[in-house]
Amino acid sequence: MCGICGCGDSGQSGKWVPVKSVNLSPLISYPLHHHGEESIDKSRLIQMEVDLLSKNDAYATKNRHYFQQHGVFVLNLVSSPGAGKTTLLVETIKVLKDVFPIAVIEGDQQTQHDADRIRATGVRALQINTGRACHLDAQGIGEAVIQLGIENNSFLAIENVGNLVCPSAFDLGEAHKVVVLSVTEGDDKPLKYADMFYAADVMIINKIDLLPYVDFDVARCIAFAQQVNPSIHILELSATKGDNFDEWTNWLRSSMQKAIKSHAP
Amino acid sequence: MHELSLLENVRTILEEHARSQHFQIVDTITLEIGALSCVELDALRFAFEAVMKDSLAEHAELTFKRIEGQGRCFECGQLTPMRELYDVCVHCGHFRLEILSGLEMKITELKVR
Repeated sequence: MCGICGCGDSGQSGKWVPVKSVNLSPLISYPLHHHGEESIDKSRLIQMEVDLLSKNDAYATKNRHYFQQHGVFVLNLVSSPGAGKTTLLVETIKVLKDVFPIAVIEGDQQTQHDADRIRATGVRALQINTGRACHLDAQGIGEAVIQLGIENNSFLAIENVGNLVCPSAFDLGEAHKVVVLSVTEGDDKPLKYADMFYAADVMIINKIDLLPYVDFDVARCIAFAQQVNPSIHILELSATKGDNFDEWTNWLRSSMQKAIKSHAP
Repeated sequence: MHELSLLENVRTILEEHARSQHFQIVDTITLEIGALSCVELDALRFAFEAVMKDSLAEHAELTFKRIEGQGRCFECGQLTPMRELYDVCVHCGHFRLEILSGLEMKITELKVR
C-alpha cells in the first residue's frame, strides 16, 4: 500500500512513479506519485509576450485619448525632491492662469502641503498621497482626472513624487515628461539617473540665480543630458527670481495652442 | 522600488491567464529583461516572494533571460553594443544612437499546471 495516500493499488505499471516534490506546507515536502495512465504530468509551457508595464500602459493610452479628445495639454513634472517643481508651477500659474484654465495633480507620499500651495493661487488642485509607493501611475491619474473635473482646452500639470528613478517607467498619458534639475544638485545627474533623462522630452535647469554660489557646470550638464537623450529640449531658468521665465511660459503657450488646434474639429 | 509595482502587474497577468487558459499553479515564470531597461534583477528577486505570497505563483521559480543592449549610430550607421543609455558608438565615438534592443521588460514563458 502506498504509505502516503493509502491507496492499495500498485498501479497499471506495477510500480510507483515519483513525479516531483511540491510543498504542501512551508515545512513539509512530499514526493507525489501516480499510477500508470493517470501519471501524465499536467505541466505545460505557455509562450507569451506581455510587457511588465502593460497594465499601466493601457490606462495611460486611455488617459492620453481622453486628453486629446478634450484638448487638455498635460505635462508630467519629475525631479528629485527639492528641485523646485511646486515653485515652478506656482509661478507658472501666476503668469498663465488668465490665459487658459489650469489644473494640477500633486503626487507626494504624504501631506496636502503642495496642493494647498497650488490652491492658494486660485486654481484647482488634487493631492494624491501615494503612501509607500514611489511614483504616480496611470490608473490613479485617470481617477484623479474624473474627480478633479478638468475643463476642455486646459493645461493639466501633474507633479510627480520627488524621485529621479521610479517615475521614469510609468507613462501617465502626458504629452511630455519634464525633468527639473536644480543647480544645487550635481551637474552629472543626467548620467547618474539616465533612465529619467532618457524618458523626458524637456529638461529645466532651475535655480540658475544660484550659479555664482555653487559648483555646477551648465555646459557639462547639458552635454551629459544630450549624451543620454540627443533630442531633449533644454530650458535654463530661475522660478523664484524669474530669470528666463518667459522662455518657459512661451514654450507652454505655443504647446497649448497646438493641443487646442489638434482638438478642434 | 518600482519593481514592486511591476511584479504586482505580473501577478494580475498570471491571474488573468489562469482564468483564460485554465491553470491553477504556476511553477516557473520567465522574464525577458533588457540590459538598458530600468529594472534591477536583484530588486525583482527580492520583491518576488512578497508579491506572489498566497497567489497561484506562491512557489514559482523566477528565471530571467537577459537581452543585451544594441544601438545603431546615426553618424556612421554601424551597429554598436550598449551597456548604458549614455554609451557612445564604439566605431566613431558619436552619442546619437538609436536603441535597437535592450529596453525589453516582458513575461515570455510560464510553466503551469
